[in-house]
Amino acid sequence: MAENIAITWRRIPERYRLAGTQCTTCKTKFFPPRKFCTACRRKGKIESFSFSGKGKIYSFSGVHSAPAGLELEIPYVLAIVHLAEGPKVTAQIVDCTEDAVKIDAPVEFVFRKIRSDDPEGLIHYGYKFRLVK
Amino acid sequence: MTSSTGIVGFGACVPTFRIKAEEIARVWGEEPDRIIKGLGVKEKSVPGLDEDAASLAVEAARNSLSVANIEPSKLGAVYVGSESHPYAVKPTATIVAEAIGATPEVMAADLEFACKAGTAGIQIGMGLVASNMVEYALAIGTDTSQGRPGDALEYTASAGAAAFVIGRQKEQILAKLDATYSFTTDTPDFWRRQHAEFPSHGGRFTGEPAYFRHVMGATQGLFEKTGMTAADFDYFVFHQPNGKFPLEVAKKMGLDVEKVKPGLLTPMIGNTYSGASPLGLCAVLDIAKPGQRILLTSFGSGAGSDSFAIEATDVLPAARERAPHKLAWYMEHKKYLDYGLYVKHRRKLKSL
Ligand SMILES: [Zn+2]
Repeated sequence: MAENIAITWRRIPERYRLAGTQCTTCKTKFFPPRKFCTACRRKGKIESFSFSGKGKIYSFSGVHSAPAGLELEIPYVLAIVHLAEGPKVTAQIVDCTEDAVKIDAPVEFVFRKIRSDDPEGLIHYGYKFRLVK
Repeated sequence: MTSSTGIVGFGACVPTFRIKAEEIARVWGEEPDRIIKGLGVKEKSVPGLDEDAASLAVEAARNSLSVANIEPSKLGAVYVGSESHPYAVKPTATIVAEAIGATPEVMAADLEFACKAGTAGIQIGMGLVASNMVEYALAIGTDTSQGRPGDALEYTASAGAAAFVIGRQKEQILAKLDATYSFTTDTPDFWRRQHAEFPSHGGRFTGEPAYFRHVMGATQGLFEKTGMTAADFDYFVFHQPNGKFPLEVAKKMGLDVEKVKPGLLTPMIGNTYSGASPLGLCAVLDIAKPGQRILLTSFGSGAGSDSFAIEATDVLPAARERAPHKLAWYMEHKKYLDYGLYVKHRRKLKSL
């Protein structure tokens, strides 16, 4: 399914370079970016924050039955990555098989193709992670 | 052209996957030893299914910016040279500029000149920086090149990228770009028409009138313009479509082949096209000592060569350690594919 172009475009900064936000009052970091701190409410002050791209595997699983558009990529590893600055993100772990991935293994940001909409459609890029060796 | 500009950051990226020449030869019933000796290529890099010229360019650019240690927003220009831009219409440079955080106040464009579009970007960057039009320029050579199944190019056409940040602040310059000289003619040695999936080439014609004439013409021209001689240089990096041509240039020009080998990567990773001589330069910058001189000559079919006289400075040893991953890291981390998986990776079957 092709994603709405406006949605793709709006998410480019977060997808391309992990651009998030932080609340300067309580120092909480948000990814995906939020415009409101639920802890500080009106006292919260939100500003943009760039994540380092460093993190650890929180949980993972091998994908053997892919959604449409990713059939060629199976088997691949999908993980919840605990970013060093706090938030958790779901992303693919690249260039490896399931047996190489361990809970708590350090990972780093990589910029890859996420999917492409049929041969004449848009190519979507964004964050994935790679095991740090 | 002489210049007061220099390289303030450099970075590389080569995909993890490799295929051995032996494995390709097995499928086509060729004698592996004959291929390996004939082309001087043992194995080549293969992009992952989620990698393309844009993603390789982004990773090389991020490495180069760490070495440069500058805010990406200070880049005034981003040029991406490739012959495998992911889109026919829609720039790779905007994807790269956005991914590294250089937008929106930045000039950007894609360049094409077969395998020398990356060095063309370095020259444009030198001009913009020297004329004060921008403070820093980023020039990238990147490719995920394809060879027709069964064609000789299939043993060499590979993937990789190299990125260079060009600046003029003396205390930041890790390698001075002292001079550049280009040698260009219209020579039909290699081409790919719009919508054609694989390139066509002039077979043997690609050697003498194309590669050798232009590479040697540019190198000789640089010597004459600068008054320098081969003895002034510690390293020579030539475009490397295979593992043999650069060594033949050395022989024909009477250069010490030992000065060519450190920048010769094709035997291990294949011909990365627009990434080829720029990655060779990265390899040399990772080992060069302050004061050592490097001669770089690219080649792009069609045809032309850009030659550069480069001199490492005192800034280099500390600067190169800032790279999150150096070229050597990419050379060492590899996973082998068999021909079947390689076909899938490169989507060589029409139904893929
Ligand atoms: Zn808060």
